[in-house]
Amino acid sequence: MTDETIAVRAAGVGKVFPTKAGEVVALTGVDLEVAAGEFVSLIGPSGCGKSTLLRLIADLDEATSGTLSVFGKTAHQARLDQDYGIAFQQAGLLPWRTVGANIALPLELHGVGKADREARIAELVDLVGLTDFVDRHPDQLSGGMQQRVAIARALAERPRLLLMDEPFGALDEMTREYLQSELARIAAETGAAVVFVTHSIPEAVFLSDRVVVMSPRPGRITDILPVDFGDARVEGLRESPEYFERVTAVREALHGAPVERPNER
Amino acid sequence: MSRRAQAWTWGAVGVLAVVALWELYKWLGPADGVVVGAEDGRAGSGVILLPRTNDRAMPHVWVMVGRLFESTSGGSTPPLIVPVVSAAVLTLGVAAVGWLIGVVVGFVFALVMQRWRLAEWGILPWIVVSQTVPLIAFAPLVASFGSQLDRSGVPWPQWLSVAVIASYLAFFPVAVGALRGLQSPDRAHVELMRTYAAGYWPTLVKLRLPAAVPHLLPALRLAAANAVVGAVVAEVSIGMRGGIGRMLIQLAGQGSSDPAAAWGPTFGAVALGLVAAGSVALIGVGLKNYRRGEVAA
Repeated sequence: MTDETIAVRAAGVGKVFPTKAGEVVALTGVDLEVAAGEFVSLIGPSGCGKSTLLRLIADLDEATSGTLSVFGKTAHQARLDQDYGIAFQQAGLLPWRTVGANIALPLELHGVGKADREARIAELVDLVGLTDFVDRHPDQLSGGMQQRVAIARALAERPRLLLMDEPFGALDEMTREYLQSELARIAAETGAAVVFVTHSIPEAVFLSDRVVVMSPRPGRITDILPVDFGDARVEGLRESPEYFERVTAVREALHGAPVERPNER
Repeated sequence: MSRRAQAWTWGAVGVLAVVALWELYKWLGPADGVVVGAEDGRAGSGVILLPRTNDRAMPHVWVMVGRLFESTSGGSTPPLIVPVVSAAVLTLGVAAVGWLIGVVVGFVFALVMQRWRLAEWGILPWIVVSQTVPLIAFAPLVASFGSQLDRSGVPWPQWLSVAVIASYLAFFPVAVGALRGLQSPDRAHVELMRTYAAGYWPTLVKLRLPAAVPHLLPALRLAAANAVVGAVVAEVSIGMRGGIGRMLIQLAGQGSSDPAAAWGPTFGAVALGLVAAGSVALIGVGLKNYRRGEVAA
């Protein structure tokens, strides 16, 4: 396969953090390929290294072993080339900037002209449904709206890869489900590959083409489950038997054994 | 009542309370104060527990204010308020120059300390220690250094020495406040800039400077107050003429014959501090959006 069809390729990736009490193995032997346009979730309990893996891909930390490439380049080069957009659990908007100015931050930093910036802002606030709020400041927005701004900002430079670290983790369940549908739509529209860290099983199943199940001590991949709902990611999906089937499959993979279901009729 | 009107009302109440307290004590307190352990026939002996309330020590408030509008030194001299205001304006100008020097120096220190951790460890303790050196100890040094420069051909007016001494007090809050401000962005924001492959300067301009504003504004206000105090003290200690500090000392020396007059420049110095701090507050008005973090966070 060529570089363009593989967004992320990890082979034998490991990460060791030196601490006072000795070395802590955060990740070991991670082999993973994310195809261009594919939506992959990383799921697992705290300490399984899912966020660490995302940070390695984003070049916020460096792998201590193995090789990691993003669109065929090193993660470092991919960061310098701005091949990915990123969103964290905290929206991380700059409080002194309006919604529009926050979205335009990466564009500004990379020398995009004012007219082009304005046009892109208009497109993006439309995409995330915040056209009426473009001149508001973050403290005037709800948590869900702030997170939508963060997603728009991550998309600002039309990245082919979107990295998301529990972006909906701090939101209430209703907002969360709404934004999941929005994200599924946006990911489909933009055709970007997504690496999505979460600890919610339904969220991972609803959004992903594949769910990567991880386990702690040491952090590693234990299972990769295909989900493949294709274009069927609409609200009705959450009620369907196929959906529950896959939720169960992921849950069993997480627990490493079939889950007892005392209430099953 | 609007919040603004409320603020003004309480401000006025505060001033009136001070006036009332002054007059109340003057009315109730003994004319010669309360002194313990005084020896007969020895002026100034003993420990004063309560101040004297006679008209020489504590003129009535209305006498002090009224004195401002009487002629400065008899005859056809202009009312006292005229020289007080012109002296205050001169000192304000010198203090403003001192403030500016202090802000620039303090800011450069903060930038260097933020950029290199080692510089913070190396410089910050000295900055703190610098403020324990008494102003009057090194004011003559600055003055003599200045006059040497002046003699050797570099023009160095006396007021510049005063401004430099004022800046010595003014730079401290700026250095400390700006450093805290520049270090204030969350790790998440710093990492976000890193994901944008933004280097030191873009991160400074787009993230650290705006984030520093809420820390910087109070520091600038403190620096303004410090610059005024520094300028007044420096005037006195190096003997510069025309400023409010010098005038204060002069009129206080004539206290026994004209007790209310010394309060003129005192009021002038208070007004000076208010104007200085107020002008800096105006800077904050234009930077309102950068202070959103204070409430939102």
